[in-house]
Amino acid sequence: MVAHLVRLKLTLLRNGLRRSAWQIVGLAVAALYGLVVLGLVFAGLVGTSVTRPDLLPTVTVLLGSVLVLAWALVPLLAFGVDATVDPARFVLFPIPRRALVTGLAIGALVGVPGVVTTLVALTVAGVWWRDPLAVVAGLVGSVLGVLTCIVASRTTTTLMSTLLAKRRFREILAVLVVLPFILLGPVLSQAHRLDVGAGTLDRVVLVLGWSPLGAAWAVPAAVTDGDPLGALARLAVALVTVLVLAIVWDRGLAHSAVNPPHEQGSSKAHGLGWFGRLPASPLGAVTARCLTYWVRDPRYAMSIVFIPVFPLIMWVVAPDSQVLLLVGPVTAFFLGWSISQDVSFDGTAFWTHVAAPLRGWTDRLGRVLAVTVLGLPAVLVFAVVPTVATGHGGDLPAVLGLSIGVFLTALGVASVASALVVMPVQKVGENPFGSRQGGSTAAVTSQLAGWAATFGLVLPTIGLAVVAVQQGSAVLGGLALLVGVALGVTFLVVGVRIGGRALERRQTALLSRLVSFP
Amino acid sequence: MPPEDVRATLPDQAPPALLLQGLWRRFGQKIAVAGIDLTVPAGSFYGLVGPNGAGKTTTLSMATGLLQPDFGTVLVHGRDLWADPVGVKAVLGVLPDGVRLFDRLTGAQLITYAGLLHGLDRETTAARTADLLAALDLAADAQTLVVDYSAGMTKKVALACALVHAPRLLVLDEPFEAVDPVSAANIRDILASYVASGGTVIVSSHVMDLVQRMCDHVAVIAGGHVLAAGTVDEVRGDASLEDRFVELVGGRVGGEGLAWLRTSSD
Repeated sequence: MVAHLVRLKLTLLRNGLRRSAWQIVGLAVAALYGLVVLGLVFAGLVGTSVTRPDLLPTVTVLLGSVLVLAWALVPLLAFGVDATVDPARFVLFPIPRRALVTGLAIGALVGVPGVVTTLVALTVAGVWWRDPLAVVAGLVGSVLGVLTCIVASRTTTTLMSTLLAKRRFREILAVLVVLPFILLGPVLSQAHRLDVGAGTLDRVVLVLGWSPLGAAWAVPAAVTDGDPLGALARLAVALVTVLVLAIVWDRGLAHSAVNPPHEQGSSKAHGLGWFGRLPASPLGAVTARCLTYWVRDPRYAMSIVFIPVFPLIMWVVAPDSQVLLLVGPVTAFFLGWSISQDVSFDGTAFWTHVAAPLRGWTDRLGRVLAVTVLGLPAVLVFAVVPTVATGHGGDLPAVLGLSIGVFLTALGVASVASALVVMPVQKVGENPFGSRQGGSTAAVTSQLAGWAATFGLVLPTIGLAVVAVQQGSAVLGGLALLVGVALGVTFLVVGVRIGGRALERRQTALLSRLVSFP
Repeated sequence: MPPEDVRATLPDQAPPALLLQGLWRRFGQKIAVAGIDLTVPAGSFYGLVGPNGAGKTTTLSMATGLLQPDFGTVLVHGRDLWADPVGVKAVLGVLPDGVRLFDRLTGAQLITYAGLLHGLDRETTAARTADLLAALDLAADAQTLVVDYSAGMTKKVALACALVHAPRLLVLDEPFEAVDPVSAANIRDILASYVASGGTVIVSSHVMDLVQRMCDHVAVIAGGHVLAAGTVDEVRGDASLEDRFVELVGGRVGGEGLAWLRTSSD
């Protein structure tokens, strides 16, 4: 049975690759990324083991703990993480749960993250080459550690899909879980400001080494320290961790097998909302629909939630510096670019637009208007407030010009991009802990091309604004404002027209693609 | 039968509501539709039947502007759909199968959206939305998000969206799937009176009985070809439509196939 499940996973992988060339590119990119990470970790560990063997206990426990934590938490926030073998699909087969659990766990190792984790774990065991007994202990610890990783990630997934039956709650949670992760990097980057002595780190490692996260990885260090009892005790902690997690996972699986996630309650909304307020025309209707979705569709609502996050990060990283002038333009870019996946987000519901006697430019302009209503005020606020608050009021025209220019240009480029490329995205209403496979590289490529195009088109404004700020020139600042707005409006108009024509030509092809997505 | 014959039998020389000529469509290696000709007379209630994977959905998608044919023409009331998509789509009402709706809108909002996209004014849209919600027994759920509708309710609200702009030709792919018997009867009444007032309806279905009772014309499609087309009586002859369908499509397997499935065997 275990072999069957692993073979199933391999078959799914192979068939996925046969489906489209992009899948191959995606796997290659993921493998390359994994290889780079692996190379860095390998070099770092080997280097440490040769030059500073005294640091090994600290490094291995920290690395292992991060690995376990990542596996446990990533299923919560990464929408595209591999869940090709969803336990829910085996509900109808008479597979003993023990075999299913084992098979799914081993199957989880097939794939780039699993392979990288295994190799890292082996390296972690290998660094104890000075002491053969520690290597053996390390191997045992590493196997337990990898098991903890996999079982922890499966437990998280299963528990979440079982517990969160209510749609709205799930959607909000998905947003809330991501926030701390986004803030984690900047906060860590500031951590050096706190007075962290070596003593603190040692204490952290000591605690981690006894905790479920790090116990498995702390076994060999205890062996080299000549502390067999400590090693055994940590081994016991690690074993109990895996067992407890496995039991929770198993129970969760048993529960969800007979109580599949089920929608509870239903949402009501009164009146026609935006449809009653905007002009009764196709353009007004498209705008009203998009505005409604910006609030009600969690994928869009997520973008709204994240609008204040970037300024917050900038403020944490570099309070009262000139870098804060970038808050406006960068927010403008992300807001403007946010409609680049609009048709993909529509999914097959896009047929409504294809079947209607709708001009392409109406579709494009409606989407642009909706995000402008929400986004332009935010862009203006984020351009003005940080600039004035940091005492750079004189640079305001340049910053405003750049922000507005970037916003309108990104809207124009995104209007063309979303008429050309659709990609598999999380469907609206789908379990945010579920997954989308494939196409992510196509997404990345088209996104990068769009970013480059936007950057290239905004370059004149960027040049003017930068020189204006550097020289403190009011004249150049005014010019930047003028050029930014003028070029932005031009690119937006051109983008909507080109995008509209492209959409009329390609809408049936886009719809076929959307229908063909799993 | 070739289209010319059908046209000759029409009472007047008005162009048919829908004329498909030599439609082809290939998906990768698979030819889904291989040269379909079909004439749907104006004012007819036309049934499209065929086994799974026969090309019904592909044909209807091409006939409604949702899928570009590789070859062939689609004439709606004599106007070439693919030459003037925006103009022709205004007279078409479509209910596709296997696609989502903008389901974060409420039922009332979704129908309003469809009406406004077709260029109706605010008052007309509001009045028709209310009428449709009442006629399809959705009035109580008008303010509920479509994502929280049951499968049958979703079909009904999609049907309302197809009807709201009073199209001349209504193309419905599996309109009765998952719909309860009472609602199905209501929908049949709505469609029958729409046909009686001069509209044209095309429905695809697996349910032969339903097609035999409801439709006046029928076409049998299998393997991307039209096997038979005409009035229901012409196609079925002396047999029931179901028997005639099985005879045309073939593929019946003898009852001896799964001998081990007899529970008495152990």
